[in-house]
Amino acid sequence: MGQKVGALRELAIGESRVSLTPDSAVQLRKLGYVCFVEAGAGEAAGISDAAYRAAGVTVVADAAALVAASDVIVKVRPPTTAEVDLLSAGQTLISFFHPGQNGELLEQARSKGANVIAMDMVPRISRAQKMDALSSMANIAGYRAVIEAGNHFGRFFTGQITAAGKVPPARVLVIGAGVAGLAAIGVAVSLGAQTYAFDVRPEVAEQIESMGAEFVYLDFDGGAQQDGAATGGYAAPSTPEFREKQLAKFRELAPQMDIVITTALIPGRDAPKLWLDDMVAAMKPGSVVVDLAAERGGNCDLTVADQKVVSDNGVTVIGYTDFPSRMAAQSSALYATNIRHMLTDLTPGKDGVIVHNMEDDVIRGATVTFEGAITWPPPPPKIAAIAAQKPKEKVKEPTPEEKRAAEAAAFKAETKNQLVLLAVGTALMLIVGAFAPSAFMSHFIVFVLACFVGFQVIWNVSHSLHTPLMAVTNAISGIVILGALLQVGSGNGLVVILAALSVLIATINIVGGFLVTRRMLAMFQKS
Amino acid sequence: MTIGIVSAAYIAAAVLFILSLGGLSGQESAKRAVWYGIVGMALAVVATVFGPDVGNWFIIVLMIAGGAVLGYFVASRVQMTEMPQLVAALHSFVGLAAVFIGFNAHIEAAHVASLDEAGRAALTGFAALLAHKAPVELTILKVEVFLGVFIGAVTFTGSVVAFGKLAGKVDGKAKKLPGGHVLNAGAAILSLVLLILYVNGAGAWTLILMTLAAFFIGYHLIMGIGGADMPVVVSMLNSYSGWAAAAIGFTLGNDLLIVTGALVGSSGAILSYIMCKAMNRSFVSVILGGFGATTGPAMEITGEQVAIDAESVAAALNEADSIVIVPGYGMAVAQAQQSVSELTRKLRAAGKTVRFAIHPVAGRLPGHMNVLLAEAKVPYDIVLEMDEINEDFANTDVVIVIGSNDIVNPAAQEDPNSPIAGMPVLEVWKAKQVFVSKRGQGTGYSGIENPLFFKDNTRMFYGDAKKSIDQLLPALA
Repeated sequence: MGQKVGALRELAIGESRVSLTPDSAVQLRKLGYVCFVEAGAGEAAGISDAAYRAAGVTVVADAAALVAASDVIVKVRPPTTAEVDLLSAGQTLISFFHPGQNGELLEQARSKGANVIAMDMVPRISRAQKMDALSSMANIAGYRAVIEAGNHFGRFFTGQITAAGKVPPARVLVIGAGVAGLAAIGVAVSLGAQTYAFDVRPEVAEQIESMGAEFVYLDFDGGAQQDGAATGGYAAPSTPEFREKQLAKFRELAPQMDIVITTALIPGRDAPKLWLDDMVAAMKPGSVVVDLAAERGGNCDLTVADQKVVSDNGVTVIGYTDFPSRMAAQSSALYATNIRHMLTDLTPGKDGVIVHNMEDDVIRGATVTFEGAITWPPPPPKIAAIAAQKPKEKVKEPTPEEKRAAEAAAFKAETKNQLVLLAVGTALMLIVGAFAPSAFMSHFIVFVLACFVGFQVIWNVSHSLHTPLMAVTNAISGIVILGALLQVGSGNGLVVILAALSVLIATINIVGGFLVTRRMLAMFQKS
Repeated sequence: MTIGIVSAAYIAAAVLFILSLGGLSGQESAKRAVWYGIVGMALAVVATVFGPDVGNWFIIVLMIAGGAVLGYFVASRVQMTEMPQLVAALHSFVGLAAVFIGFNAHIEAAHVASLDEAGRAALTGFAALLAHKAPVELTILKVEVFLGVFIGAVTFTGSVVAFGKLAGKVDGKAKKLPGGHVLNAGAAILSLVLLILYVNGAGAWTLILMTLAAFFIGYHLIMGIGGADMPVVVSMLNSYSGWAAAAIGFTLGNDLLIVTGALVGSSGAILSYIMCKAMNRSFVSVILGGFGATTGPAMEITGEQVAIDAESVAAALNEADSIVIVPGYGMAVAQAQQSVSELTRKLRAAGKTVRFAIHPVAGRLPGHMNVLLAEAKVPYDIVLEMDEINEDFANTDVVIVIGSNDIVNPAAQEDPNSPIAGMPVLEVWKAKQVFVSKRGQGTGYSGIENPLFFKDNTRMFYGDAKKSIDQLLPALA
């Protein structure tokens, strides 16, 4: 019997997610684990206790009993003090933890001796993408942000020409093209809106454009173009000059935009203010601003966390912080999968026993307390999040004159080559001709011509037929049989024996070579 | 039959041989072309047998019948994975026949020289031809005999060793006697000295000694060349067998032999050239054996090899739209081509685009992979060459690499210090996902670490290729 994984019910108000779903429970059982869930944990996400039971999960009445019964406790939100209190030494807790903000909680978990894996500390490297809960939640937030905006926006997203008149498409601006931003772009584009996107990292322009949005470029040559690779894939604070340019651009765009979705966050800081009072004031009435950075103070001046406010000029500013929770079924499914992937990496033997390998970059990075010690912050990962941007070398398009000159030069070189070869060949032939008797010369000419024909013909042979080519040349090189046939009539006994042997083996060559070629060629069938 | 009719038949045969090789430019025309070759050969043999100056009919019929039975037996029994061995074995036959015929020519010439005028007039056949030769022509004849025997002997032992290596009867690793290529050079110089002695009237012992020296060269040269260079070796021996036939043609004054020998010789030479180019190595460096020394420290490889199980591979395949399979020698070793074909059939039935990418030096014989896949009933129009498919990898969802290593090594492009730097390779790492089916963690023939295995989008699918693919089949939708 493997170790036990127990999922706690979320206590935070408004939190609807759950960290274990019937689907993920089935997968966890394949890893060798036994799954437990607190009664009612999935209720808000639309998963009944009966559904858990049907998937083979044991439903436990309360948190205390669940923690007591489990080796691994999984949940979504950071644990409360009371929850940490239930933990005992050697237990593993996997959840969001925000160790930077929750120092006391961290200390409490350490003193309990529990090993805590913070899902928000999973390093951003490709290998860890499957357990990157921040990304999967951000994806949902981006999606939901557009849906919320549409809910408060009294118009179509897509442009239409109807019998009743023409409807222009909505114009959507997405600020910050991280995971949430890209998800928002995708939804807005697919709903038919004209979508624009801005990001301080120029290297994401390609991603933005590949999703069908237009990248908003700044005319800025201060050299402040950031390289996201240096900061682990996140944006860094920008210089004052850059910020001024950026705000000027936003001011210019504001009157045209119907919906603005801001997702700009800088790790470890308050959200930068990017959509200021005057920009909101410049927007048309009925427009919507969705601020995904509300939890960290918001990108918009008017944002109030967890609330929807309407500005004096009728612009709705949405500052909800619980977007993933508003799509609890979807976010629970993804979060549970993230947890399941984390457990997969923690269970190399697939035997339901956790191996907490602190040498593994991903596991090390996410672990915040381990065996009674605080292991946060982790050492920097060995692998860069994204490859450093190499400055693109511009391939110079040759001008028509240059092209022609190059072609002419190549042609000249080729002509020169051929002429040299011909001259050398002629000279060699002359030397041979000067000394060799005429009988030899006539054979020699045949030989040279045959080589020439051979080279011309063989170059056209298809690569896929090289094996049949070798077999057929095997067969026709059995032509040495002619020599043997001419000698076999000799009066000398030794000559006859050698010639007879040659006839024998040359015949094997001929018959074997041709037959095997035919066998091979018959196999080549078109679909 | 008169000499005139025989000559006409020879011309027809030469034309048919050329058509036969030319027809190999496409799969469908090739099926017709092989008949041209058969007819040409039949014409040539019949014209010679029924032509003037041929005797000992009984022996001829017996030998041809025996050879035909043996040839039929071999051709119908051989497995397609054994094609490289078969080709090498057939080369050795041509070489051996050339040696025999060369010796015969020497014996006949010595016999003719010992006769008086009356005796010469009574001669028939090849001997009569010799009797009418001027002294200068006889000298040339001696050179021709010598060359024919030399090339034939090198081809013979070289092909026997190649056969042994390909069939696994001789260890495939490069091995040289102490002294290395100095020994070969010594034997070659000895042969040259013997040639001069022979032309100046020394007896049969020079010819025999030279044959032994040539046997040694063939043996030692091929022993010194390792596994993955075999495509070059086999095509080189193919070429030699042609030149041996041409040299015999000169000796006997037979134009058809010369033409055919030249055709075969140039065919083998071109194949060797193509193979060398595909490995970005010069012909000389392949023949001298071993990979060149590195010019600096190899690029450091970051990351780790991540294993994956059949279920996950199947899941990825079910999701993919376009799939490219890259087979290598490992597929032939594991006899996995039937399973691969079944995999292809299932994936195609599910509406996915499945194609094969063949590197010119994949396998142990030029075009070997194509034949193996054709045998397993993979349609040839989805089997593409490197140049045809290399640009498509960026748009490919899943690449499955089965038993190949160096031909998909990104170090060839990324690491200028790599021993294979500059070698054209299949750019599989550009695909979204790469699965590598491989027996275990190890380097390829060249002993070069392959950074592909450490890439983020690569997963290692360890195990015997056939078993691994068979595990996938039931899991596919």
